[in-house]
Amino acid sequence: MRANSRVAYLYILPGFLVFALFVLVPLGHTAWLSLYDWDGITLGTWTGLDNYTEQLADPDVRTAFSHSMVFLFFFAALPIGLGLVLASVLSRFRLRGLGFFRTVIFLPQVVTAVVVGIAWRWMYADEGTVNQLLSAVGLDGLARAWLGDFTWALPALGLVGTWVMSGLCMVLFLAGISKIDASLYEAARVDGAGPVREFFAVTLPGLKQEMAVGLTLTTIAALRSFDLVYVTTGGGPGNATNVPGFEIYKLAFRQGAVGEACAVAVMLTVLIFTVVLLITRLLREKL
Amino acid sequence: MNARFERLGAYTFLCLFALAVLLPLFSILSVALQPQGAPVTGLSWPDDPQWGNFARAWTTGSFGDLITSSMIVAVVVVPVATVLSVMTGYAFGTMRFRGSTPLFYVMLIGIVMPYEATVVPLYYDLRQFGLTDNYLGLMLPEIGLSVSFGTFWMRAFFLSTPRALIEAARMDGANSFTVLFRILLPVARPAVTTLMVLFFVWSWNEFLLSLVLLQDPAVRTAPAGLGLFVGQRTTDVAGLSAGALIVTVPVVLVYLFLQRHVIRGMLQGAVKG
Repeated sequence: MRANSRVAYLYILPGFLVFALFVLVPLGHTAWLSLYDWDGITLGTWTGLDNYTEQLADPDVRTAFSHSMVFLFFFAALPIGLGLVLASVLSRFRLRGLGFFRTVIFLPQVVTAVVVGIAWRWMYADEGTVNQLLSAVGLDGLARAWLGDFTWALPALGLVGTWVMSGLCMVLFLAGISKIDASLYEAARVDGAGPVREFFAVTLPGLKQEMAVGLTLTTIAALRSFDLVYVTTGGGPGNATNVPGFEIYKLAFRQGAVGEACAVAVMLTVLIFTVVLLITRLLREKL
Repeated sequence: MNARFERLGAYTFLCLFALAVLLPLFSILSVALQPQGAPVTGLSWPDDPQWGNFARAWTTGSFGDLITSSMIVAVVVVPVATVLSVMTGYAFGTMRFRGSTPLFYVMLIGIVMPYEATVVPLYYDLRQFGLTDNYLGLMLPEIGLSVSFGTFWMRAFFLSTPRALIEAARMDGANSFTVLFRILLPVARPAVTTLMVLFFVWSWNEFLLSLVLLQDPAVRTAPAGLGLFVGQRTTDVAGLSAGALIVTVPVVLVYLFLQRHVIRGMLQGAVKG
């Protein structure tokens, strides 16, 4: 047994070492730096929890976190709802060519976020496709430079998240439904259940596992979002699309407020871990 | 008659969804084919598509160099992370040793953790060792993060292989190394392939780490270079769009050829973003 343990440690050692040095240590270092006032150049001074109280009171940081909540709706709630409806409708038929559609619909998951950002910048541009489509249906009045608009920039970005995550949710739920015992559906039909009753009585309970996975993936994507914001709006106009991930980058690498950046990073990390833990507790029996 | 009608409705749904997915990508293409200096316009196929924009982006736009950098990083990260993950997953999945459970949970941290939480000290620490603006400085954190997921993934696979297979080999006097190479790895091929495909996609698409850690244009990777071009408010939107498509091609090709692996990995692998 003892010798066996040593062998196991030897197998783990190289992987764990890289992980520890380049993930764990920096994570701890972030927490440590968050307790200092440091501009990245001169000697830092210990400030305890000042960075946290300061950042929690800072309106910019608060808006950034509130934007995360808006993103939760667009990146998580909307795609999951859409995915559920589509998957349950589609699973009622034996559709030819479903494989092709699955390939296309899952595609946004693979495309680099930077490219997604550029594509949507063009879509939302003054003369872009979105405005073009609006005027084609006679809604010229609504046309605007979407990403430069204080009210509309945030939901417009959110919809990009919906675009990225919906396909994933649909494919996930389709796979889940195909694993549900067909006799459950037959039983529901014998009992005279319509499509809606069937959805709530059979499909939804059968998708518990997939729900957990889908919720975890989408909420993490929503809370972590950085790439998209960096490429499309840079947090603007003003502060209208700022998110915690971008705030951390801005504080650390543009304003030289390293301690403050680390404090926000710790808050974001705690938030993400809490949410993931909650989802796991509520929906998933085992990891 | 009714059923046929419903089926038609389902297809309409699917087609609309697929169109919505393809529209933004198509709109990049239509911008990429406009003459240099033209403003962004919506969907309009140019009268005289400028396919030369792609060549221009590749050479003068330096997308050739960016792609090379991304390739160098991926070519190291993918195999190294895979080998390390197979080893850790093998230990966690088939061996009993003290501290295995807490150690495993510690390694899971990397799956959920946002990169934003490590990138700041990484920049300052790696700079001290002269590892910023150096491929190694990006490769190592990427490997660390990948191993976190890879451990989770390979452990799950090794747990699902029949114990009897391993026991029988051990009875024949095979050591742990032989068991892994002769018995387990041959059956693990699909799981390992999935892992490698995912590692490639993640490495190729990694943005924040690359943006911060590799600021020297000579080593910059494709997404970061692209991101910086956008930031400069360039007027050459056609060239930029062509570059964006060039950056997308390798990962989309991998996806098209190995999509079973990509989809399976991303769905079963649960939490990684």
